[in-house]
Order: sequence, then structure tokens, then C-alpha cells
Amino acid sequence: MGSRASSLLREEDIEEIKKETGFSHSQITRLYSRFHSLDKGENGALSREDFQRIPELAINPLGDRIINAFFPEGEDQVNFRGFMRTLAHFRPVEDNEKNKDPSAGEPLNSRNNKLLFAFRLYDLDRDDKISRDELLQVLRMMVGVNISDEQLGSIADRTIQEADTNGDMCISFSEFIKVLEKVDVEQKMSIRFLH
Amino acid sequence: ERTLPVVDLAARLFSLSSAARQAPADLSATGQPGHALARSAEDHEDGGASHHGGGYKIVQWEWSYVQTPYIIAIWLLVASVAKILFHFSQRFTTVVPESCVLILLGLVLGAVVLIANKKQLYQLDPGLFFLFLLPTIVGDAGYFMPSRLFFDNLGAILMYAVVGTLWNAFCTGFCLYGVKLAGVIDDKVQAGLMEFLLFGALISAVDPVAVLAVFEEVHVNEMLFIIVFGESLLNDAVTVVLYKVYISFVEVGPGNVQTADYFKGVASFLVVSIGGTMVGLIFAVILAFITRFTKKVRIIEPLFIFLLVYLAYLTAELFSLSAILSMTFCGIGCNKYVEANISQKSRTTVKYTMKTLASIAETIIFIFLGISAVDKSKWAWDTGLIACTLIFIFVFRAMGVVGQTWILNKFRLVPLEKIDQVVMSYGGLRGAVAFALVVLLDGEQVKAKDYFVATTIVVVFFTVMFQGLTIKPLVKWLKVPRSTNRKPTINEEIHERAFDHILAAIEDIAGLNGYHHWRDKWEQFDKNYLSKLLLRKSVYHKSELWEAYQKINIRDAISVIDQGGNILTSARLSLPSMASRTSFPEVTNVTNYLRENGSGVCLDLQVIDTNPGAKVEEETETHHVLAGNLYKPRRRYQSHYSRHFMTVGDQERQEREVFQRNMRNRLESFKSTHYKRHKKDRSQKKRKGSDAKEQDANDKPRRNVSWQDKDPIIVPLESEENKGERSEPDKDEDVGITFVARKGSETPKERPKSVPAALEVCQSPSVAPPSPTCGEKNLPWKGGIGTLPPCVSVEATKIIPIDLQQAWNQSISSLESLASPPVPQEPQHPRVSALYRLSGPPRPPPPPPPVPGQFQFPGGKEEEEESALSQQQQEMQPLMPSLRPPPPPPSGAVPPGRRRNPCVYLRSLVTTPPSGSEPHSRGPTQL
Repeated sequence: MGSRASSLLREEDIEEIKKETGFSHSQITRLYSRFHSLDKGENGALSREDFQRIPELAINPLGDRIINAFFPEGEDQVNFRGFMRTLAHFRPVEDNEKNKDPSAGEPLNSRNNKLLFAFRLYDLDRDDKISRDELLQVLRMMVGVNISDEQLGSIADRTIQEADTNGDMCISFSEFIKVLEKVDVEQKMSIRFLH
Repeated sequence: ERTLPVVDLAARLFSLSSAARQAPADLSATGQPGHALARSAEDHEDGGASHHGGGYKIVQWEWSYVQTPYIIAIWLLVASVAKILFHFSQRFTTVVPESCVLILLGLVLGAVVLIANKKQLYQLDPGLFFLFLLPTIVGDAGYFMPSRLFFDNLGAILMYAVVGTLWNAFCTGFCLYGVKLAGVIDDKVQAGLMEFLLFGALISAVDPVAVLAVFEEVHVNEMLFIIVFGESLLNDAVTVVLYKVYISFVEVGPGNVQTADYFKGVASFLVVSIGGTMVGLIFAVILAFITRFTKKVRIIEPLFIFLLVYLAYLTAELFSLSAILSMTFCGIGCNKYVEANISQKSRTTVKYTMKTLASIAETIIFIFLGISAVDKSKWAWDTGLIACTLIFIFVFRAMGVVGQTWILNKFRLVPLEKIDQVVMSYGGLRGAVAFALVVLLDGEQVKAKDYFVATTIVVVFFTVMFQGLTIKPLVKWLKVPRSTNRKPTINEEIHERAFDHILAAIEDIAGLNGYHHWRDKWEQFDKNYLSKLLLRKSVYHKSELWEAYQKINIRDAISVIDQGGNILTSARLSLPSMASRTSFPEVTNVTNYLRENGSGVCLDLQVIDTNPGAKVEEETETHHVLAGNLYKPRRRYQSHYSRHFMTVGDQERQEREVFQRNMRNRLESFKSTHYKRHKKDRSQKKRKGSDAKEQDANDKPRRNVSWQDKDPIIVPLESEENKGERSEPDKDEDVGITFVARKGSETPKERPKSVPAALEVCQSPSVAPPSPTCGEKNLPWKGGIGTLPPCVSVEATKIIPIDLQQAWNQSISSLESLASPPVPQEPQHPRVSALYRLSGPPRPPPPPPPVPGQFQFPGGKEEEEESALSQQQQEMQPLMPSLRPPPPPPSGAVPPGRRRNPCVYLRSLVTTPPSGSEPHSRGPTQL
């Protein structure tokens, strides 16, 4: 699979990716060159090491989690198609997409998918629930060492308690959506990809 | 001299400083008339004294001595009283912006002065305006600028501020000149191209004071507000430079301007804007650094802030840089570090002082604008000029906005919609800056000055009054998204932080050096160097997330207090913070509360300052934030750029407020007579109370709904009492709830005890209106920590005159029914049940629902009392967070306690009711 997406990006591929992700032609080629430059193994797929080589990710508190999000479960390679699929989550929602007919299926950059991406970062065991431990892990990544476990624990408790509506002491995805319903996720989970 | 001085010190600075010297001497500063008045008073005085041969006079008329401060004070008083009067009518204020009324008031006052004196004494003096009034407003705006929002939109703001202002200035100037050539403008207006360009420059800048005054009341969404307001602040550099450049051009004559002068103009712009910004940032760093070391001199912390922010302004003015830019960036830059360094009290002080000053400055500016307009000698009317100016500034503003937005939207993540553009065009208000600048013109050089003054006045009045008046309906009509005065929940804090990290990482992966990339870089830099330098060690080590968490806790705690809950319970735990968010209680509530208590919290700054040794270490302070700093921080979280956050919602609210206060006073006096007794009975009573409560809870479905909520209130209290100290807020949250769970199982043991106690109590006089029994019962709830609002309620029964009770009940029940839609009967609140599960010991099965008369106590009365008590607590719950389902309207079968205990209803009056119910609160007050 990896070998197919070789150094040359074929028109059909671009078309397919365009359809799937909504990126424009120039964006795809631009990101392809980025993909290619990250691909030190030159095998048409990125490994975790390729990502870890990006210096900024090393200092990003959630860097490793985000890298993991690029890899489908159980795999340790991601091809360009998968790479683009993940990036597509962060494409801003454009005006003409808002009124698109629902039959076309949910685009990758929909509000739900953006939230799902964030949710997956917390949900390590993929049981569609953020448990207290999972939340604590992420919190620990995001705060410095100066904050005690106790403090962090109370933050986690409070967070879960606030979001939890069915009383299972976990945050399910629907609870996650609910608790962020007032947040402009479309804006806060989007970046501008150069045209 | 033919060349343009790049930094034109002479023109502006001299006039400013000379005016400033005059300003304190005479607020009116138009000079002669004022002085003449003073002098005549003096003369009269002298004459009188000599007539009496210099003998000692018991009382002397010292007008000349106090004149200046006296006049200033009187003006401030007039302005403040005007504000009070204006806010008497809430209906009026919602329609008419304050600035309009103030201008009208100014016109009236001006007319009065004119009629009385035949001459206008007072005018908005540019020196006074630029040196004192404007800085207070800009300082406030800069310091409380929502920086994240500001920098998120910095691109758009800069674009509008620079390109937009230039566009407006040139187009207006050229077109006015064209119209003049075409003969529309009267020949008496002696102005050439340069004069019109000069006029265009000063009239084209959107004014921060006017924008702030009008937009504050409109409540458009934050993004729109920050773009318009940011533009109005940052366009200062453009205005200043254009103004100076044209003045020098006018001085040398248009024919003598050399090409080099244009380049000097551009260079001047860069120097003025970048220089101003740098000055501001330098002062920000100095200020932040100083506040690192003020731990021992907390009392002067606010002073440092005022001084350095003001110095930033003056220094920029000194070098004729953009003072507004300097002050704005000083405020934005220092805010984060200063707020973290200074004490809670200082924060409050800074906030209040700044808001007070800014508010009064704004008031004075608008009043004086009105007064200045009355002075006929200062202006000359030309309809052509005025009409053309009005049309041009409006048309070019709209064109500029549309054009720039079109470009901007290609780069913006969130495009600016059409309606945004309409509001932005329409919100281009001109104001006092333009007026001050036009007054500063030299009449010798600019022959048409009087015409320009008149035009400016009309433009300012038109934009502030007409556009200010109509922008609210316009915004409503266009359905512009409004701002939500919502505070983030802890979930939002955490997840949005995570979003930021995610976006930064994605940009890095995608190889884009976008906004998030740079923001991430900046945050790294800030964390590694700036914060280390500018923050106290103790503060530096705190986590932002932890701070946010504490903020939210404090906010909840405050709302609990305001709603009549108990501070020391972990009730906030059971209060989802989103609930507290919806109702934002007024400042007065807490103040009243404090006043009533008279203990616990020290309101006097000085006290703390004199014995700093007694203060807890800063580190431990963190852990005691809830206990020690409960009341203060709320002000910090008010909407940051609103100066009028203390304004009351509407008339009903005001009425109720008065009512509450009276009731509280009565309660207060009542309580004081009963306070000391029966402490020993506390625990039994309490247990009994909660017992009864639990039973009650199952009594009716509607009680079940609120049942879980009351527990957190009660139980921790007990634990506290046992411990004899305040509960550690951060750690005991769960403990409090654990207690609840055990409560049930403990009951049987406690029962015997409580019964006699109850008996004892009951046998006392029982029925008579203010019976000590009731007082007793409530007292335990107070614990050692001052009055707990719940206890107030029972007593309230007695205080409300019997004949009023009926009406009261009715009004309240209607209120409740309105506030609460029929609620699906929810056996138990999931959150709480979850907590029970968490806390380990399984909850005992709920006792059977009590049938009236289930308690076979001799005193029959008593249980009623008890159940009433518990019920009252349940009923208080609806008041606390509005999120949870309030009880359905009482049907025909009103529980006994309900009828017997209007205290509950009093409670609901005293606390802030859910907003939906407000219209009905009129009921009780009409009694």
C-alpha cells in the first residue's frame, strides 16, 4: 500500500484525495511535498520516527498523542492518503460546505469529526469514554511539574463531574460534545492551509 | 523653513503642555471669562476686607483659594449625578445610549451657562482632554483588553486602522476639495487642498471613546467589538502623523512641499507607531518587573500600575510618539504579569479605580462636547461643507470596510460576514479626539477653522447620537451574533488548551508557519524567559490550569454565597459551574452579605497592610484561596472591557433589591436577639433536620428532584463543626459527600437524641410569631462562620407580616411556576448519584415517604417545623443554579411547610432569581 504512493503523485490520487478531504489541488501538492520531505525513509509512508523528527513536536505537550492520531489502530505506517485524511480534520468549514446536502456524508472537517479527533487524544483505550485516569494523563502532560497530583486530581474530578451526565464517572463522546457545545469548535479546531 | 520636521515637537507638544498648565488652573480653560470671574470675586473680596480695616473676620470667603479644585469637583459631581439620574429609568437606558443623553445634558448646561453669563465659559479643552481625560479611558481599555482576542484579530485590526484610516482621510479630503471646487461649499470657507486633507485626516479616525461608549451597550460579539475598538485605538498613530504632516504642509504652504517631505511623512509614521508601541512595551516590562517586588508594600501596588501606565502615555507624548498606542500596548503587555503578581485586593482596586476614572472621564468628555457646541463664537456654519462631510465619511467608511474585508477574508480563518461589515461601517463613530484636534488648529494658519469646528461638532453629534441611537436596533434587526457573557467551564478551559496544542502540532506537521506556530513559539519564549523575569517565583510555579480551576471554584463559591448557600460546604461541587454561569450576581449582594456578617472578611486594606506578618505565605495562599479570598476575585472575571458592569439589569431588579435590603435588615435585628442560644442543640437538630429531609425527599416527586442538591449544603457543615474549622476547600470536596452517604445509616442511632431535643424545643411557646424555637433551629446552621443565609429564611416567616404572607406565597409560586417548566420526574440527579457511588459506602435505601403526621412527637408542631426546615432547604435549591430543574409549580396540595414558611420565598427574593422569573418578582414589591 505504501509503495503505491510513491514519490510521484498521480492525478487520480489527487482527485480522490480531493474528493475525500476537500483540499484543493494546490493544497494537496503542497502538502505532498511536505509529506515527502518528512518521509526520510523514502518509502511513501511515514513512520512514527518521521514525525518525531519534527523539532517542534518534541516540545509540544501533546505531541506524541497527536502523532499517534495519524496512525490507524495497530499500524505504524501512514501513507499520504491517511496523512491527508487526518489533516483534513483541521480544514476550516467553508461557507458553501455548510449548506451541503447531508446525503453526501459527513465531511472530515465537520464539527463532530473535529471533536472526535480531540476526544480520541484523551481516549487511549478507545472505549469511547474518557476515564479519570485518561484525563489525568492528558492533564499531566499539559501542566508543569509544579502542580501536585492532588490538585490535578481535583481538577480531573471537577472536570468529569461537570461533563458527566449519566453518572458513570467517565466522559463519553456525547457528553464531550455536550460540554463543548458552546465552544466555537469549527473555529478553534481549524487552521488555515495555504492555498 | 520648508522641510517638514519629522518629529514635530513644537506644534502639538507646546500647545498641549501650555494648555495643560492652564487646565488645572481653570477647567473651563477658555480663558478670559473664567479668569475674569475669579478675579472679580477676588477684587470684591479685597475691597470688602479693606473696608473693614483689616479686622479679624470669623468667616472669610476664600473662593479664589479653592476655586480650581472646587470647580473640578463640582463638574465631577454634576457628571456623576447625571449618570445616576440617567440610570433611574431602565427602560430609557436600554433604548438611548448614555453618551447621547450626556451630550444632550451638556447642551442644556451649556445653554444655561450661556444665558446666565452671556458668554460660554466652558469648553472641552484639548490639553485637558489629551493629558487627563483620554489617558484614563485608554488606560482602562488597554489594561483590560482581552489580549487573546486582540492578537487573534490583530491582522484585521491593523489593516482597518492603517489602510482604512488612510483611505478615509485621503478620500474625504480630496472629495471635499473637489466639492469645494464644484462650488457646493460656500466661498467663505477659505480652504485649499491641504486644509481639506488636514480636515479629512482628523475627521476620518474612528474614535475610541465613542466606540467604547456605544458598543459597550450594544453587546455585539467579541470579535466584532475587538475589531472596531482595536481599530479605533490603533489608528491613533495614523491620525497623529497625518495631522502633523498636514499642519506643517499648511504652514509652509502647499506649493512649497517637496517630495522628500512625503517620505519623511512615511518615516514619521513608522517612528510614531513603532516608537509608541516600543515605549509602551518597555513600560510594561518595567511595571511588571516592579510588581515582582511589592510583596511588602501591597498598598501601593495599584499606584505603580496607574503611574507607569500613565507615564507610558506621557513619555510617548513627550517624544511626540503615538501616546494611545503606547498606553494600549503597555496595558496589554503588562496585564498578564501584573495581575499575577499583585494581590487580590490590588487587583480589585486597580479594576475599580480604572473603571471609575474611565467612566467619569467619558462622562465629562460627552458633557463637555455638548457644552462646547453651544459656544457660538467658536464656530461657523456651512451647510454644504457639513452635508458633504457627513456623506463622505459615511460612504468612504462603508467602501473602505467592504474593500478591506474582501481582501482580509482571503486570509482569515473566520471570514467577516456581510452583517459584520454593515455593523463595522455603521460603527465608525467619530468623537472627542477629532473635536480636540480641530480645536487645536491654529486659526491663523487654517482660515476655515471655525467652519471645521462646526462640521466636526455636527459629525460627532451625528455619529454618536444618531448612529449610536440606531445601531442597537440595527444590530437586532440584522441578528448580529451577540456577545455571551459566559465564563468558560473547566472543561472548556482544558479542552481549548488542548485544541491549541493540537493546532500548533498540526501546523508543525503540515509544515505551515501559521498563526498557531508563532503563538506556540511565543508561549515558549514567554514561559522560558519573560515569565521567569517578570513573575514572582511563587506565581511562576503555579500552573495556569490550576489557576483556571481555582477561578472557576471561586466563581461558583461566590455564586453559592450570593444565592444564599453556605460558603463552607462543598456545595460548589454539586453546582455545575455552567449553572453558576448563567446567573451573574451583582456586586451588591456580596457587599451586603459582608456587611451583615461583619466578620470573616476584612474589608479594610489598611489592616492587612499594617501587619503583613500575619499574612499567609504566598504558597500556602494558593491552597487557601477559597477560604481567604472568597469575595474579591469575582470582579476580575467581569467582562473585561465593559465599564458599566455594575449597571442593574432592569427596573424590577432594582425594586427587589430595595426590598431585599429592608428584609435583610429586619432579619438582622431579629437574629441578633437570638443568636447566642442553643448552640448545644445544633448537631441533633441538624441530624434531625436532614433525616426529615431525606424522608421528605421521597415524599413527593418534586422534592426528589431537589433532594440531592441540598445534601452537599448540609453535611459538610456538620463535618466542619466537628472539626471546628473551615474545610479545606480543595481537598474536602469528596469528603463532604461521603458524609452524606453515611448519613442515612447513622440516623437510627442519632434519632433518640434528636427526638428529645426536638421535644424540648417544641415545648417552648411554639406558636407565637417570632418564637425563639425557630431561631434556635436555624442557629446551628450558622456554624462558627458567621451567618449562613439559610437560617435567615425560617425567621423570615415571622418577619413577614401575617397579612402579607398570602400574597407573598402567591407571587412566589407564580414566580416559580413561571421559572420552571414542568419537569420530568427524575428520581435522582445522576451527578450526585455518581458521587455516591464514588464515595464507596452504598447509600441506604431511602426511608419510606413520610406521611403527614408520621412523626409521633407530642409536639406535632415540631416535625412540621422540621420538615418545613428541610423543605425550605430543598426549596432553596432552585435558587442556586438555574441549570437544575426547579420544582414544578405548587399545585392545589401545597405541602404544609410551604404555606408555613414564606421564609423560603423571602430567600428567593433575597437571592438572585433565575432570570426568567424576574418579571414576576414585581409581585412582592408591590405589596
